[in-house]
Amino acid sequence: MNDQTGTTTRSGQISRPDIRQTGLLRQSFAIARRNFIHIKRMPEMLMDVTIQPVMFVLLFAFVFGSSIAIPIEGGYKAFLLAGIMAQTVAFSSFIVAVGLTADLEKGIVDRMRSLPINPAAVLVGRSFSSVAHSSIGLVVMSLTGLTIGWAIHTDVFRAALGYLLLVGWAFAMIWVGIWVGSAMRSVEAVNGVMFATIFPITFLANTFAPTDSMPDWLRTIAEWNPISALTQAVRELWGNDMPLHADAELPLQYPIVFTIGWIVVITAVVAPLAIRTFRARTAD
Amino acid sequence: MTRSFAIEAEGLVKHFGDTVAVDGVSFVVPEGSVLGLLGPNGAGKTTTVRMMTTLTRPTAGTGRVAGHDILGDPAAVRRSMGLTGQAATVDELLTGRENLRLIGSLYGLDPAYIRRASDELLERFSLADAGDRTAKTYSGGMRRRLDLAVSLIATPPVLFLDEPTTGLDPRSRVELWEVLRELVADGTTLLLTTQYLEEADQLADNIVVIDRGTVIAEGTPLQLKDQSGAAALVVTVSRPEDLEIAEQMLRDHVAEVHADRGARQLTAPAEGLGHMTRIAGLFAESRIELDDIGLKRPSLDDVFLHLTGHRAEDDLADDQTEEAS
Repeated sequence: MNDQTGTTTRSGQISRPDIRQTGLLRQSFAIARRNFIHIKRMPEMLMDVTIQPVMFVLLFAFVFGSSIAIPIEGGYKAFLLAGIMAQTVAFSSFIVAVGLTADLEKGIVDRMRSLPINPAAVLVGRSFSSVAHSSIGLVVMSLTGLTIGWAIHTDVFRAALGYLLLVGWAFAMIWVGIWVGSAMRSVEAVNGVMFATIFPITFLANTFAPTDSMPDWLRTIAEWNPISALTQAVRELWGNDMPLHADAELPLQYPIVFTIGWIVVITAVVAPLAIRTFRARTAD
Repeated sequence: MTRSFAIEAEGLVKHFGDTVAVDGVSFVVPEGSVLGLLGPNGAGKTTTVRMMTTLTRPTAGTGRVAGHDILGDPAAVRRSMGLTGQAATVDELLTGRENLRLIGSLYGLDPAYIRRASDELLERFSLADAGDRTAKTYSGGMRRRLDLAVSLIATPPVLFLDEPTTGLDPRSRVELWEVLRELVADGTTLLLTTQYLEEADQLADNIVVIDRGTVIAEGTPLQLKDQSGAAALVVTVSRPEDLEIAEQMLRDHVAEVHADRGARQLTAPAEGLGHMTRIAGLFAESRIELDDIGLKRPSLDDVFLHLTGHRAEDDLADDQTEEAS
């Protein structure tokens, strides 16, 4: 060390810079900032919330759009958008899991844990960047929707609440991501597990087609699927919903209440599991 | 004063399920000195370092770093030490400078200080030109140096290095040793694990040899070498046909001689420098031409073989315990 920093040594005695005790929030921001630099260096990391959903919007809108008649303004395209958004925020668990597993594998998590920081900062920082990541996706999809005839037909308050539910959902799914990410040994395994579970779950719902025409047993499953409540809630809040079937299951009749309930329940059940798995993975 | 030891391990034990990775390891490291934790893969070196750096909780036993108990005050331990893990854990997508800044801000250092210290560290570790390139573009040696620089951003008085030169080419290894010597000269206390006996010999003031989770020997490199037997007198003749006469000559002056025909070499127990000089004189007067005559101290490799019954490098396949952590 050279003299001007004040870290010079005198007769074997090291003088050190001030180490200030920082809070969890500042530490989490420092880690989130690093994840943003990753996105800047590898913009293709954003593909899952940009090109992929936009492709889905266009593909579904033009392939199925003509065969599924939806009696609302904007037709199938307007109906579809909330579904794609719900799917995308469900995938936010993917982003967390892949990022966390990579950090665990490379020893980055251990390096952070050897620093005088709150160990939770590693997870909270990742949550921050993941929500930002998903939010970018919501903006991109909204813009795509606007160009193909989707619009919000309600007021600012309800529009905002719709986005809030989507972001809230992304938060709940982060815990799923932390859980899977801590349990899996490689990024490939994470991709395999998440693709085999989250992907079908987002399809077995009202996301891409109304549940009305499904066989009864399937319709019951689809309507109780938490993704359906979220999709229905967002459609209602934005005025993109079509009249409900008379015997629609409870979650579709009270979608906003159910969505908030699901967010709370998923977080309450999965968060402790996720934290326990993460601790077990890193403490030994 | 208790602070005269920068690192103290007291009966550390770690079980992973039924596997006993570390089974009662104790040692002390005086302030400003270097301890080499030497052992083959799977001996429990990494697990010991993980316990001392608060990453893993010991099953039994405890330790102190800069006077802070690893169980009682882990936060103070983390403030007092830097850790460079086995794999260079720099963030590949970040530049050298960004890596330093990330860790610096997590330590809660002042941004202006981080900038200045980063410049100095990059300069000192010969990374000044590479500071604004992503670490992905670095060579193995550069990554290790950056990893070390990152560990030093808050100038910790105690530094743990887990196999700092594994996977480096000989030149990068020697360069890294040079940097480590400077750090020690500045007063840093170092604990380094290694399976390279030469590395421990080069850097460590004291060596603790561990095998299968227990300490099997400790001392200075010199003491360890002495433990595994006395030095040998080695005579190499130039012409193979002289070997027998030379052997006869030597037998009159030493207790036993071992001849190796292929190497044209005679080995005998050494009896000190004066004794060797006398024998060298005898050969000079005779017509026997010598390639070499000298005293050979046992290498740490010999020590290792002597202590464990196996060579350090033989255990490469036997590393499950350490990997499991």
